[in-house]
Amino acid sequence: MTESLLSVRNLRVEFPTRRGTLVAVDDLSFDIAPGEVLGVVGESGAGKSLTGMAIIGLLEPPGRIAAGEIRLEGERIDNLSPEAMRRIRGKRIGAIFQDPLTSLNPLFTIGEQLVETILVHLDLNEAQARDRAVELLAEVGIPAPEIRIDNYPHHFSGGMRQRVVIALALCARPRLIVADEPTTALDVSIQAQIIELLRKLARENGAAVMLITHDMGVIAETADRVAVMYAGRLAEIGPVKDVIHAPQHPYTSGLMRSIPKLGEGRETLAQIDGAMPRLNAIPPGCAFNPRCLKRFDRCMHDRPSPMPAGATEAACWLYAR
Amino acid sequence: MPAETLLELVDVGREFDVSRPWLNRVLEGEPRRSLQAVDGVSFSIRRGETLALVGESGCGKSTVARLIVGLYTLSRGRILFDGADLADPGSAPLRRRMQMIFQDPYASLNPRWRVRDIVAEPIVAHGLAPDAKALAARVAELLTQVGLAPEDGERFPHEFSGGQRQRVSIARALSSNPEFLVCDEPTSALDVSVQAQILNLMKDLQQRLGLTYLFISHNLAVVAHVATRVGVMYLGRLVEVADAKTLFERPRHPYTRMLIDAIPDLEMSGKSRTPVAGEVPSPLTPPPGCAFNPRCPHANERCRTERPVPLELPGGRIAACHAVQEGRIGDL
Ligand SMILES: Nc1ncnc2c1ncn2[C@@H]1O[C@H](COP(=O)(O)OP(=O)(O)OP(=O)(O)O)[C@@H](O)[C@H]1O
Ligand SMILES: Nc1ncnc2c1ncn2[C@@H]1O[C@H](COP(=O)(O)OP(=O)(O)OP(=O)(O)O)[C@@H](O)[C@H]1O
Ligand code: SF4
Ligand code: SF4
Ligand SMILES: [Mg+2]
Ligand SMILES: [Mg+2]
Repeated sequence: MTESLLSVRNLRVEFPTRRGTLVAVDDLSFDIAPGEVLGVVGESGAGKSLTGMAIIGLLEPPGRIAAGEIRLEGERIDNLSPEAMRRIRGKRIGAIFQDPLTSLNPLFTIGEQLVETILVHLDLNEAQARDRAVELLAEVGIPAPEIRIDNYPHHFSGGMRQRVVIALALCARPRLIVADEPTTALDVSIQAQIIELLRKLARENGAAVMLITHDMGVIAETADRVAVMYAGRLAEIGPVKDVIHAPQHPYTSGLMRSIPKLGEGRETLAQIDGAMPRLNAIPPGCAFNPRCLKRFDRCMHDRPSPMPAGATEAACWLYAR
Repeated sequence: MPAETLLELVDVGREFDVSRPWLNRVLEGEPRRSLQAVDGVSFSIRRGETLALVGESGCGKSTVARLIVGLYTLSRGRILFDGADLADPGSAPLRRRMQMIFQDPYASLNPRWRVRDIVAEPIVAHGLAPDAKALAARVAELLTQVGLAPEDGERFPHEFSGGQRQRVSIARALSSNPEFLVCDEPTSALDVSVQAQILNLMKDLQQRLGLTYLFISHNLAVVAHVATRVGVMYLGRLVEVADAKTLFERPRHPYTRMLIDAIPDLEMSGKSRTPVAGEVPSPLTPPPGCAFNPRCPHANERCRTERPVPLELPGGRIAACHAVQEGRIGDL
């Protein structure tokens, strides 16, 4: 395999609380190569956003990295000072968050926020930065960018705000892009445009993209590989085609079955019964065992690590040999 | 049972002022600018059905939702609920019978309140629980219904993931037993397995309680699953309304066809989805005539000058398109 651009090893994220420590991300390892898009999917609350936050150094206390290593182009970044991390963010890592409203400051115009970010990261004067900002807005598909640039965030629709956040994250052409639900608020046509932009950055700049999303259609079109998370752990990881069409882990299979498909009409959707365990009540053994129809003895007390399964790797005892 | 109309929009419009700051306007001699976010939209929703609104980002879907629940005032037109005009003084009790689930689960939950208080608030406000014990029981029931645990009531919104917060806002919206729910992207923050649970739950509630939904979503596959009828919006205008099945199988309006062709392909058959041609024009300066004409393969001179009006076609569907109305294009 080529040298990875991002390497995450045995990552553990914890929340100390009055009633004990919650482990939200548990022994998670994966790599992303330059030019590669890794899709990250999984149950709501599985720890996808926290993993992203840990990588960009923005975990909110009391949340903390309790174990493991994160390397960017070979260099450890999980133990840097907040100051050093701030310099890396924006320049070498671009972050797109799940909530567009809170990543934009309501008191400043779109243009003021873009120009400020551009001035910090690129060697341009104010007028050039403004031109670049208009260009970026056009790139993410905002109509009439030269007028809308002077509007405030609340003047924009949900999807337009999200595109502004994307423009902000991409303005310094970062090496690693962590995108948390970048297209959830967007319709299919803008989605296609943003996906194309992310792919282009990966292809042309050799950037690595970590794409967290619930939208399996977006994953199918954008990602090279997919990681599936469940209860803070890696359930399955592998090439996108295999994970979608020949999932090996029982959770992944359930997930794929619950995707609504066009042309199925108004029937009840397939669902995985039950809910993901609370962080304070993760069962021993395989975290999926209470909902798994294939569980057997070993699943109840031994925890599986990812192992080769078909064309992917799955953390499931069905594949132990 | 007769399909009685619960909600009706009549020629609804809403403008926004998006002028640059006063000083810039004066210095650069610029006029005020206004944006027609919703432009002459009329439709009705029958009791017990789900009408979905779809369309590209910025086409005015959330604005329609906010006009209905009274978060924005109308620039023109009327909205009738159960036959009564929502603008009439004394219509406040009507609004109590509707609730909204917001597109942005972050902004819509008060960060300083515990989840149990957030969910309980509408119950308390409407005096729906006889005592504290009944209130606690009802909150626990609601949290369980949306796939959370009663203990989660003790936590604050920031302690939840995006999808979990969206479930809190759904529990809150259901708490006052509304008849009509406006759902703005209710499941787009949820993973597909939780989405399936929530959509099944919403359908189940609809069947049991006879709820009526206005459902806004970008995801056409989701819309195909939940909607009885679908309205397609473009640049603030309604361009097609039809039964969900008819719309997806035989779209008439060229814009609807384009949207359906652009749905991401999960089969990865190698066929890349038909890219959507062109860009949405600026809503500040919509093209004359049919707003879709710069992107439409069927546009002609009439389309560039005369604005098409929504007309009912045989079979009960409505389309605002000259080519469809002239019979130049038929079913797919
Ligand atoms: N400040 C906090 N205190 C306690 N628990 C927290 C806190 N922040 C997050 N969590 C918990 O950590 C878990 C993982 O959250 P995370 O936001 O990473 O989920 P996610 O996979 O991104 O989910 P979604 O798809 O819904 O966005 C959740 O169960 C959440 O409740
Ligand atoms: N408060 C406001 N002030 C000024 N303009 C606004 C305001 N709210 C919405 N708009 C504008 O009205 C148009 C429609 O916005 P709306 O939020 O209704 O779109 P939408 O269809 O919900 O889009 P999305 O799918 O991205 O959420 C957009 O061009 C938006 O910029
Ligand atoms: S390890 Fe056992 S319980 Fe877990 S997914 Fe595999 S079969 Fe199911
Ligand atoms: S009215 Fe003309 S431009 Fe508009 S959609 Fe119909 S054919 Fe196309
Ligand atoms: Mg998340
Ligand atoms: Mg919206």
